[in-house]
Amino acid sequence: MLSFIGRRILIAIPTILLISVFVFFLQKLLPGDPVLALAGEDRNPEILAFLREKYRLNDPLYVQYFTWIGNALQGDLGISLRTQQPVLTLIGQKLPVTIQLALMALVIAVVIGVPAGILSAYRKGTWIDWLANILALSGLSVPNFWLGIMLILLVSVKLGWLPASGYQPFLEDPLQSMRTMLMPAFVLGTGLAATLMRHTRSAMLGVLKSDYVRTARAKGLSETTVVVKHALRNALVPIVTVVTLLFGELLGGAVLTEQIFTIPGFGKLVVDAVFNRDYAVVQGIVLCTAVAFIAMNILADALYRVLNPRMRNS
Amino acid sequence: MSSATEIYETEPLAPRRRSRALAHLLNNPVALFGAALVMFFVITALLAPLLPIPGPAETDWAAVRKAPSAAHWLGTDEIGRDVLSRMIWGAQASLLAGVVSVAIALGLGIPLGVMAGYRRGWTDAVISRITEALLAAPFLILAIALAAFLGPSLRNAMIAIGLSAMPIFIRIARGQTLQVMTEDYVESARAIGLTHGAIIWRYVLPNIFPPLLVQATLTIATAIIAEASLSFLGLGQQPPAPSWGSMLNTAKAFLEQAPWMAMWPGIAIFLVVLGFNLLGDGLRDAFDPRES
Repeated sequence: MLSFIGRRILIAIPTILLISVFVFFLQKLLPGDPVLALAGEDRNPEILAFLREKYRLNDPLYVQYFTWIGNALQGDLGISLRTQQPVLTLIGQKLPVTIQLALMALVIAVVIGVPAGILSAYRKGTWIDWLANILALSGLSVPNFWLGIMLILLVSVKLGWLPASGYQPFLEDPLQSMRTMLMPAFVLGTGLAATLMRHTRSAMLGVLKSDYVRTARAKGLSETTVVVKHALRNALVPIVTVVTLLFGELLGGAVLTEQIFTIPGFGKLVVDAVFNRDYAVVQGIVLCTAVAFIAMNILADALYRVLNPRMRNS
Repeated sequence: MSSATEIYETEPLAPRRRSRALAHLLNNPVALFGAALVMFFVITALLAPLLPIPGPAETDWAAVRKAPSAAHWLGTDEIGRDVLSRMIWGAQASLLAGVVSVAIALGLGIPLGVMAGYRRGWTDAVISRITEALLAAPFLILAIALAAFLGPSLRNAMIAIGLSAMPIFIRIARGQTLQVMTEDYVESARAIGLTHGAIIWRYVLPNIFPPLLVQATLTIATAIIAEASLSFLGLGQQPPAPSWGSMLNTAKAFLEQAPWMAMWPGIAIFLVVLGFNLLGDGLRDAFDPRES
């Protein structure tokens, strides 16, 4: 297993390097001189020359790239123009908030999506299957930021049950923190629940037709045992890997969800950076999410091998 | 009759599959419902200039934030503009964004994917690594970053979404081309000395078309949501030009006073995206009945 993971990491290195090239040149595509933006109102040629020298903008592009990637490898992704803090520190500060949101959303998605998928597969062709499919497709089609706005309107404005915004750090007051995150997590979780339901349904359909399920039934086992112990256990393999791969969707969704519920997380950091033309932060974020996404992919493959004994020796 | 056309005629896969798929699609009421939803929005968007509605930027200060009524069927917004009119004109932006960004993704993705699958070797290695790198960045984050670097406008949002959606088309086109290249009819076409261009045009493209069509339909749905998301964040269509995403952005500030401002654009996005998703699912079932 270790050699498998090691091999996958080696394969990932060129991909990460390519992403870094892409992220680096993204900024170079920008129209206008970055030094003018840095200098602000001050157009004194000496200051401009000093800044060019300081940020090594007179170096050839490839030298600039290697300096940048060299620093990045040492954990230095540059300084945020707006807050003057290191980009990595900023990301480190905001990430726990988003991780809490993502985990809660994932729990909601699993709790809704997996049972719905099992039921839908088990009752294939009935109205339950039909309803579950319609709901899943609706979940995939509804823009989650609109769902968030509608929930704020209903749950916060009309009913006054949950706060519309505000964030409470988990470690300070766990209960209140969960309460404020419940609505955003639900919004983020519904789309994922829909994806999960569709994958669970198709995995279960495959398994329910298999010989070992027929054998289990022939042995006279109860339906619950057949479905839960024999079918679900096998269907779980692809489901677990799908959950791991939902990471990208979670991060993308978090950008809008955090914006609507004013949660000071990773997503809000992206939007703020974009609007403040804080390009070092945007670059850092794209690079970090891509690396994390690749790591999740490797984890998904590793989990797949752990859960599926047939894959282990191949 | 030339030998090339003979080969085409002895290669019945693509045309026969297409007519069988069409029959399958026409027998699928859910997919037809999806198609009808899409058609409804397309026709409404196209007819916008002819409909008896106020202009999308026309303000009526005597009717600011008015609830739906006979005069304004879907109500008015914060500066007295007719919400229905802005919805109908906004449909143009959303549909245009969906179609143009997918056209960009297809226009770049198919040539690159086919080239990788057809030439293999180094070309394939380079294109595949770039595709993997692009696929590693989450779709919406990549689109937001690109839109931010390109500057906020509907055109740039479409380019950003198109580029972010491109890698999936490269991957599908490549995989399908690799598969088609192993078929006997391609072998025969090579044997009779057809040029690479002719082989690609006559044999590869028609046969890799179905999965690309399915993906394109589903990606239009994703692209419409992405455009709405970018406009919601202020990175897409710029005010006062109407777009469903920017209407939602404004509506958020008036949730208590004018909830209808937030309701309609969301319902419209939901319905048009649902339409494309149903149609895409239907097309997938039609081209590959085993999946259904």
